[in-house]
Amino acid sequence: MSRIVVGPFNRVEGDLEVTLDVEDGVVREARVSASLYRGFEQLLLGRPAADALAIAPRICGICSVSQSLAAAAVLRAAQRLEPAPNGLLATDIAHAAENIADHLTHFYVFFMPDFARAAYAGRRWHEATQARFKAVSGAALREALPARARLLETMGLIAGKWPHSLAFRPGGVTRALALGEEMRLLALIVDFRAFLERALFSAPLDAAIELSSARELDRFAEGAGAAGDFAAFIRIARDLALEEMGRGPGPLLCAGAYLGPRGHRFPAGLLDTATGLLREPLLSRVEEDVSHAYMRDTAADPARAETLPDIRRAGAYSFAKAPRLEGRAVEVGALARQAVAGHPLIRDLLANGGASNVFARVVARVLEVALLTKAMEDWTRALRPGEPYCVADAPLADGAVAGFVEAARGTLGHWASFRNGQIERYQIVAPTTWNFSPRDAAGNPGPLEQALAGLEVGEEGATNVAVQHIVRSFDPCMVCTAH
Amino acid sequence: MTTERDDFTLLWLQAGSCGGCTMAALERGAAGWFEELRGFGMRLLWHPSVSEETGEEARAILARVERGEETLGALCIEGSILHGPEGTGLFNKLSGTGRTMLDWARALAPRADYCVAVGSCASFGGVPAGTPDPTDASGLQFSGVDLGGALGPDYRSRKGLPVVNVSGCAPHPGWIMETLLALSLGRFTQADMDDFGRPRIFADHLAHHGCSRNEFYEFKASAEDFSERGCLMEHLGCKATQAVGDCNQRAWNGGGSCTQAGSTCIACTSPGFEATRGFHRTPKIGGIPVGLPLDMPKAWFVALAALSKSATPKRVRENARSDRVARAPTPGAEKKKP
Repeated sequence: MSRIVVGPFNRVEGDLEVTLDVEDGVVREARVSASLYRGFEQLLLGRPAADALAIAPRICGICSVSQSLAAAAVLRAAQRLEPAPNGLLATDIAHAAENIADHLTHFYVFFMPDFARAAYAGRRWHEATQARFKAVSGAALREALPARARLLETMGLIAGKWPHSLAFRPGGVTRALALGEEMRLLALIVDFRAFLERALFSAPLDAAIELSSARELDRFAEGAGAAGDFAAFIRIARDLALEEMGRGPGPLLCAGAYLGPRGHRFPAGLLDTATGLLREPLLSRVEEDVSHAYMRDTAADPARAETLPDIRRAGAYSFAKAPRLEGRAVEVGALARQAVAGHPLIRDLLANGGASNVFARVVARVLEVALLTKAMEDWTRALRPGEPYCVADAPLADGAVAGFVEAARGTLGHWASFRNGQIERYQIVAPTTWNFSPRDAAGNPGPLEQALAGLEVGEEGATNVAVQHIVRSFDPCMVCTAH
Repeated sequence: MTTERDDFTLLWLQAGSCGGCTMAALERGAAGWFEELRGFGMRLLWHPSVSEETGEEARAILARVERGEETLGALCIEGSILHGPEGTGLFNKLSGTGRTMLDWARALAPRADYCVAVGSCASFGGVPAGTPDPTDASGLQFSGVDLGGALGPDYRSRKGLPVVNVSGCAPHPGWIMETLLALSLGRFTQADMDDFGRPRIFADHLAHHGCSRNEFYEFKASAEDFSERGCLMEHLGCKATQAVGDCNQRAWNGGGSCTQAGSTCIACTSPGFEATRGFHRTPKIGGIPVGLPLDMPKAWFVALAALSKSATPKRVRENARSDRVARAPTPGAEKKKP
């Protein structure tokens, strides 16, 4: 048995270290470590409650709006506030823009460059992939980055700037959009959509959205969408059998995404890929285990827990706590959202593969880019002229509350207790805390740790590029993970 | 284009960061950030978010820079430098290297022609340094308003400059790239920095300058709640008259700014901005805001505010409390003369 440390594991958000125990060319055990701790849960204590809106987004410059919205959700719960419908729509538009930008960055900047690596020299697609997707120099980046910047002009209109905006309130947003601004929003969405239909899909968005099976997806990649970057990925993925790689733990969780005047755009649910059973998630039964984290023992219930770092804890190997739902490790992200929502393509990819995998994770993310771009258009058209965008704050009740949103990478929960208008407790469980959790007290590994176990790495060990694909398929955000 | 040998090299590292400064940089350039870097004659030796090299390959690059085998134009660090626990720096190891970012920053900074703190965390400590400062966070050469930080007050880069503090949370992408471009051209000197090491490119201005709510400010016609169009200073905590930045003289994300969005300036370019308690309420004594516009005597402010409030046009007063333009200006009244 040999132990290999992989790091700095880059083209992810933040600091990641992966340790692999390899025997006979096969990964026996993997340990994933968040190597940065900044103490946001400690920083929030004792502050006026509304300061969470300024501090929490700064946990993460990538999913900053998601952190803002989770903070707004706990404040809203404590105020028992009914937000302005226009405020919810404007929030959803901005949130979708951030999440699309994240998915796009993942695809073009983090994930695809691995196929341009020298390890794949000789594959029939390698030369074209190098020209199009190589890190820093690939031609696709000259289109994708300006398209991302254009999309993020949504933030200039709704949120003032990105990342780290203070525009999101419990009752809505701090700026009402007039007719001219609505039209500017539609104009930038049209521009962004044109990029997607030209470069990413090489087909109308609906053609991607309406794909309903793995067979149709393959046909799309060889036919209608063949010239697009998505098709390039699908052909590479099929050649490398990415659907066999990086199988997840089974349960897929979504807490409900994009709260609108009539409920969530993508519903909450817990789907067990092994049994196909779908039900309401019992979010009150989230627990965090610190047995392998650099943390002192504390309550397992986030509503009662504290965060007290202990760098000397025996057996610890990560600053991340291990969240479990009803005692189980669960996977979160675009795949979970779309599987729970019942998108037929995603359900079919899971039916064929049986479990989540590298291929399905990337497909779900790209599919979501199409779904959300259309949703941004719908939401913009649904804004009601003359109606308010923000409802004033109401008195804040003492006690414990929780708020959940879906960030690009999955379920984000904030648990807070307020007393006399101040923050008494604050706990955060971020998407990658779920996906890249360390082991729990029972020794059960986190989702990535499970996904890496059993991988054949042969003589290459840590340099085996499959390790890169599996890790990056989760699109980890390590700055959120331990926060 | 320059040859590779003449390129101005950049090594970008993330310490106790949220990654937001990198996200801002990625907004640059009509053909994207990487094309802009190429056009400027800059070459990324390594960047944790975007470079191909990972693990061993990345460690090899860092080792070459540390040994002085690779010329380093600018060392860009984003994120606070974490000294805890107990001075070990172990709250932030650069993964795979077994060494802390505190150690790496101190090892690499002397090799760099210039050292650039990208964002308020690397400049002054930023949000992680807020009370109770759980990780003992500092900036590279400042700890809040105090000179020192991780590199110490006497640090000078190979070309003789202290750390250049491109503060902001996150900074405007233009602040980052214009500073780097000026450095690479040898056009940036100590005279181009203010007392906190911030480039005067943006630090010569106040965030208030050019604010779209200017007319409301002049008449002290104030918003009392969020989403109203009036001035945000009197009630909602806006610090734009005290914070440096040309925030309202250039577009953020195509055309926004914090004050334009109605979300108030929290002085994110200032050392210690994270110490504020109650970001969204203006602290007052006897009805007068505690934080007055920079350089303005209190008596004058009180007198002028009283005068301008009494002279506020009806249009401005109404619009200040409305979320949309309730009463439009009616120009050309004189044309209606018979």
